[in-house]
Amino acid sequence: MTPDPNSLYGPLDPAPEAGWSQAPPRMGFFTDTSVCIGCKACEVACKEWNDVPTSGLDLLGMSYDNTGALTANSWRHVAFVEQPRPAGHRTPPFAGNPTDGSVSPASAAVAAGTGNPTGTDPGVPPGDPDAAARMAAGPEFLGMPGSQPPGRTGTADGRSDFRWLMMSDVCKHCTHAACLDVCPTGALFRTEFGTVVVQEDICNGCGYCIPACPYGVIDQRKGDGRAWKCTLCYDRIGAGKTPACAQACPTESIQYGPLEELRERAAARVATLHERGVPEARLYGHDPDDGVGGDGAFFLLLDEPEVYGLPPDPVVTTRDLPKMWKRAGLAALAMAAAAVAAFVGGSS
Amino acid sequence: MTSDQPVGDRFRQFRDRVDGGGQPSGGPGGEGAVSRRRGGRRGGEELRVPEAEFVSYYGRPIIKPPVWKWDIAAYLFTGGLAAGSSLLAAGGQLTGRPALRRAGRVTALAAIGASTAFLIRDLGRPERFHHMLRVAKPTSPMSMGTWILAAFGPAAGVAAVAEAAPLLPAGGLLGLGGRVLPPIGRVAGLAAAATAPALATYTGVLLADTAVPSWHEAYPELPVVVAGSALASGAGVGLIAAPAEQAGPARRMALAGAALEVGAASRMESRLGLLAEPYRTGRPGTLLRAGRVLTAAGTVGALAGRRSRVLSVVSGAALLAGSLATRFGVFHAGLASARDPKYTVVPQRERLGRRPKTTAVAAD
Repeated sequence: MTPDPNSLYGPLDPAPEAGWSQAPPRMGFFTDTSVCIGCKACEVACKEWNDVPTSGLDLLGMSYDNTGALTANSWRHVAFVEQPRPAGHRTPPFAGNPTDGSVSPASAAVAAGTGNPTGTDPGVPPGDPDAAARMAAGPEFLGMPGSQPPGRTGTADGRSDFRWLMMSDVCKHCTHAACLDVCPTGALFRTEFGTVVVQEDICNGCGYCIPACPYGVIDQRKGDGRAWKCTLCYDRIGAGKTPACAQACPTESIQYGPLEELRERAAARVATLHERGVPEARLYGHDPDDGVGGDGAFFLLLDEPEVYGLPPDPVVTTRDLPKMWKRAGLAALAMAAAAVAAFVGGSS
Repeated sequence: MTSDQPVGDRFRQFRDRVDGGGQPSGGPGGEGAVSRRRGGRRGGEELRVPEAEFVSYYGRPIIKPPVWKWDIAAYLFTGGLAAGSSLLAAGGQLTGRPALRRAGRVTALAAIGASTAFLIRDLGRPERFHHMLRVAKPTSPMSMGTWILAAFGPAAGVAAVAEAAPLLPAGGLLGLGGRVLPPIGRVAGLAAAATAPALATYTGVLLADTAVPSWHEAYPELPVVVAGSALASGAGVGLIAAPAEQAGPARRMALAGAALEVGAASRMESRLGLLAEPYRTGRPGTLLRAGRVLTAAGTVGALAGRRSRVLSVVSGAALLAGSLATRFGVFHAGLASARDPKYTVVPQRERLGRRPKTTAVAAD
């Protein structure tokens, strides 16, 4: 079998490329954050079904997100952003609106250092306090937090508007999955549905997949030593069922289905939102021409990806691998030549 | 999870820190106050790159830093040392310099043994180390490295064992061994040396083939840096072990290794822009500067101390220490670049800015 010219980069149907004959259509998630209510039912359902261990019950102090990140013990992570925001015509401030956010820049800066005993490594690493303060200050900093409790100023001048962004993050099941490419044991594999799954009886915890993932999804479980992540409920979808998170989602923010169909549905949803006056709605990870060949799990976002903790332009690291091996080959030749010259040249 | 603490303790600690517990950004303040402190916090370091503004999710890193512990940084050194010293041994073998041959072979075996131990120790499931041998995957530098190690290790081992031949008695079965071992050792020594350049340089690809920004973007230079560092450390062994009349090649090897390493590293740092910052600042910056000074001093000492045994030994030790510092420096620079979302977001944003805006239109 000749490898596809796009086997490392570019648009591709991953399951046939991985050797599956008569593969079923590629399955995936479309997570529409415009209807996410941040209830975290997806996180709970995932833990229940997949028997994922606890990931800490402490409060992180940065927002209503106390999970922090995708880890080996959190295969769905609901990001929660609260920011003050200038009042626009679209969402006028009501009388009862709070005058400041639940998180001030100062408290966000301190919260950047908080963690949770997730039982994983690196789990939820601490962040940069300055960046966290800027984040909590919002798209436009509106001044110091008020000294009064929220909504207590009594005048329209003292009120501020704010926004809530919620997004249920998950493994992207990339078309070109760096974790799978670099796995030295074959523990990570491509399923017939085009998803990426770790075989727990093979993984020896080398940890190479963890820094390879451009999204920071996969993580190592402490004590256990192996790498774990979302399987897109391989056991459920194999039996024709919907993955646990999508099944539990009360607002259909998480939609599961054939990727082709989801992409059409997502394009229609973006068009609808633009029509209704939400120009900031945009898709993320839907494009087969992006740096990872398109995600099996893609998103509708209401701001730039990095606001949600997603990389703005992820590229699969193995895109450059042929060039890397070439460079290493040249370096090896130079090294051999230097050794030969050291012994041949000179007199002593 | 925190049942040993009184209820609300964690919140009280948090509140105390917000109320001005001397945290970098502890005081109430907006962007102005924050960025002023930002300059102060990194005081002492001169940054050529201006501080970049970027958006993040509460300052948390986007990618996960490697979970590799110090064993992997140590392996980067011992693997390179094994490669460098086996080249030294093969050269000594072919040009009739027994001291170089002996020291090189023994060091290669010790270093490759330590490498294997470090690599297995760092696994989450050490007892499953042999799962590495299930597949051979060119897309996985670690898999390729496993097979390179599997070829190099036994060859280096046999070559080193052959050095025991003179210790065996002349007669009997052991005597036969004493006669058979040297030719076997010669073949094995050459086989090890043939694999050595691959062993030394693949680790550059191992680090670069990740999403860690300062490693990935450094992929053109990293293999050269590790190759040079390996040569310098191998030369260090020769300088320590060989008498002055045999150490000539080790001196030249030190010069070549130092030139490759320092040349590639400085090109890397001048090319990478913002992503060079982790190589210059903090602990990795200190380690890399120390590595450069030690390597340079070791090379100068090696070239100057042709007749002084003491100076040769000191120079050899400096070369080894320089290589060690360089490996730990490169390793920790990668960790630092993964831990700060700035290094992930800013270069990707710049990349998007350079690209014609076709994707944005397609999404509309």
